[in-house]
Amino acid sequence: MAQTIYDKVWNAHIVEQLGEDTLLYIDRHLIHEVTTPQAFAGLNENNRKVRRPDLTFGTMDHSISTRSLALDACGPQNKLQLQTLADNCAAHNIQLYPVGHKNQGIVHVIGPQLGLIHPGMTVVCGDSHTATHGAFGALAFGIGTSQVEHVLATQTLKQSKAKSMKIEVAGKLPIGVTAKDIILAIIGKIGHAGATGYVIEYCGEAISELSMEQRMTICNMSIEAGAKAGLISPDQKTIDYLKEKDFAPSKEHWDDAVSYWQSLTTDSDAIFDTVVTLQAKDIQPQITWGTNPGQVIGINQAIPSPDDFDDPIEKESAVKALKYMGLEAGQTWDNVKVSHVFIGSCTNSRIEDLRAAAKVAASGKVKSHITAIVVPGSVAVKEQAEKEALDVIFKAAGFEWRLPGCSMCLGMNDDVLQPGDRCASTSNRNFEGRQGRGSRTHLVSPEMAVAAALTGSFADSRQFGE
Amino acid sequence: MTGFTELTGKAAPLDQANIDTDQIIPKQFLTGVTRSGYGKHLFHDWRYLDLHEQELNPEFTLTQEKHKGAKVLLSRENFGCGSSREHAPWALADFGFGCIIATSLADIFYSNCINNQLLPIALSSNIMDDLFEHVASNPDVIFHIDLPNQTVRVGESSYKFEIAQHHKQNMIKGLDAIGQTLDFDESISAFEKNRAAWL
Repeated sequence: MAQTIYDKVWNAHIVEQLGEDTLLYIDRHLIHEVTTPQAFAGLNENNRKVRRPDLTFGTMDHSISTRSLALDACGPQNKLQLQTLADNCAAHNIQLYPVGHKNQGIVHVIGPQLGLIHPGMTVVCGDSHTATHGAFGALAFGIGTSQVEHVLATQTLKQSKAKSMKIEVAGKLPIGVTAKDIILAIIGKIGHAGATGYVIEYCGEAISELSMEQRMTICNMSIEAGAKAGLISPDQKTIDYLKEKDFAPSKEHWDDAVSYWQSLTTDSDAIFDTVVTLQAKDIQPQITWGTNPGQVIGINQAIPSPDDFDDPIEKESAVKALKYMGLEAGQTWDNVKVSHVFIGSCTNSRIEDLRAAAKVAASGKVKSHITAIVVPGSVAVKEQAEKEALDVIFKAAGFEWRLPGCSMCLGMNDDVLQPGDRCASTSNRNFEGRQGRGSRTHLVSPEMAVAAALTGSFADSRQFGE
Repeated sequence: MTGFTELTGKAAPLDQANIDTDQIIPKQFLTGVTRSGYGKHLFHDWRYLDLHEQELNPEFTLTQEKHKGAKVLLSRENFGCGSSREHAPWALADFGFGCIIATSLADIFYSNCINNQLLPIALSSNIMDDLFEHVASNPDVIFHIDLPNQTVRVGESSYKFEIAQHHKQNMIKGLDAIGQTLDFDESISAFEKNRAAWL
């Protein structure tokens, strides 16, 4: 029977079929400080061991300072959690990349960068943005702490198979429109819960033309449409990206690995439960106006009115969102003033994101009333950016250049907004209070975030940088 | 873990779609290293007027006298969306809820509930309208949740709900999921022997 890539990866990991449930083998387990302490405590209480420490990799990212390498820089509670991760990794012989290590960074940035993620793998992490790794044609999804404990103890997870959704982005993307705009447009089209119960396969010319890092941006936000996972078939770009990475297959096995990876494409006659198509030419730079990522429009569109929505739930959500966001129906983006700009997060903190942002930043200065920070996704990204003098461009324009971490995406450290602050953010969630109680988040691409910093309100990034 | 069979109690109505886990338990409370004590921070931003949790917001459902002691939480579409933080079900359970009934629930949140003996139930939008109506007309109305029979009873009405059999059995028996999987140790080892050499 014709198979999708999801079917192929799923079938290759079945340990046992248990009625409607499948015991799936997990190839890679990424861990961080926030969602693991209780899992290790559970193992210890039951005298259980980590089955495959060699398949498990840890880093510190969520609750660390972006100004200091000291573990206690954000208070004793954060330090205790970070120290607990370090102690647990040491006790269970798990490789940890702590603050200060050259491999440290946001878990979803360092995984790919180190070559830890290969096509066809099953990848889990106690973090909903694990779908990022689907960019390699891996089946990657976020799990809760009880499941983290289950994977640590058994290297497997019980799962029911999700439905399949094909999202094709046809044709070529207009110049100056980014991967972030594609994924925001997709979520805007299918809705914040539009893919709940599904695994998405992204395809089409506009997807194939994206670089690996751009594909990570797309897959990263699959959860923002409710999807279990999102993936893209591996191709030559995937293979080239992995070549000579630290944890890529060795020379001896490389050819075998590549020929396996090349088999991981959806058969031409495979059937999906749902198919969605977008025309790339219709996608404009996107900005969220509401309090979930599905409440999103183009830079050239005015803020919608609740009356624009037929569905009573969407209408009511719009009323609440406009009130929380302090926006009025019909308002245009040039009239929406921002107080903060955040460039970073597992969605948009890779070297290509910083290059694109720096290109716009080189054309102006951050408005004096705006606080703008750039938080590279990892130590390696930071070092590469500094080698290219991108930090010099950012600092000259008025941006702060910080240490790697999750930072203001969720504000578990001290990068927190105050009530009423309005932020152009390259992160992934615009929920109420996400970046600080009462704060207002607008999700945008790195280029659009810089354009907002230079203009003081939202502007089309395509008019900058040339 | 003790098993879940039935639950009887009042229901609190949160008549809103897309309630995300950042609302259920904001990030500043995720720095703990244990599973307990999250209930007092549940819905922090909506429930308290101040950052230090000294002043309750009298307008928020869960602080209103008439909804005190509720064991069932009612909500709408996409409840529990967003972050995978298991602190969300820990906070809901610690606060006193044993069951969440909503039009739909997000995937990761749903699994996290099952793993914590917090029963997640999805019912149609029309039935949810009925349930909200029951509570609006009588906040003290008692909900009877019967997991073996998969029913929610309120007054004279009874509604059937769906749940996967393995989730149902794990909830009822309070089974240790890891212990169950460890029984397949031989199968796991056999699988590992056949993994590709480069992995």
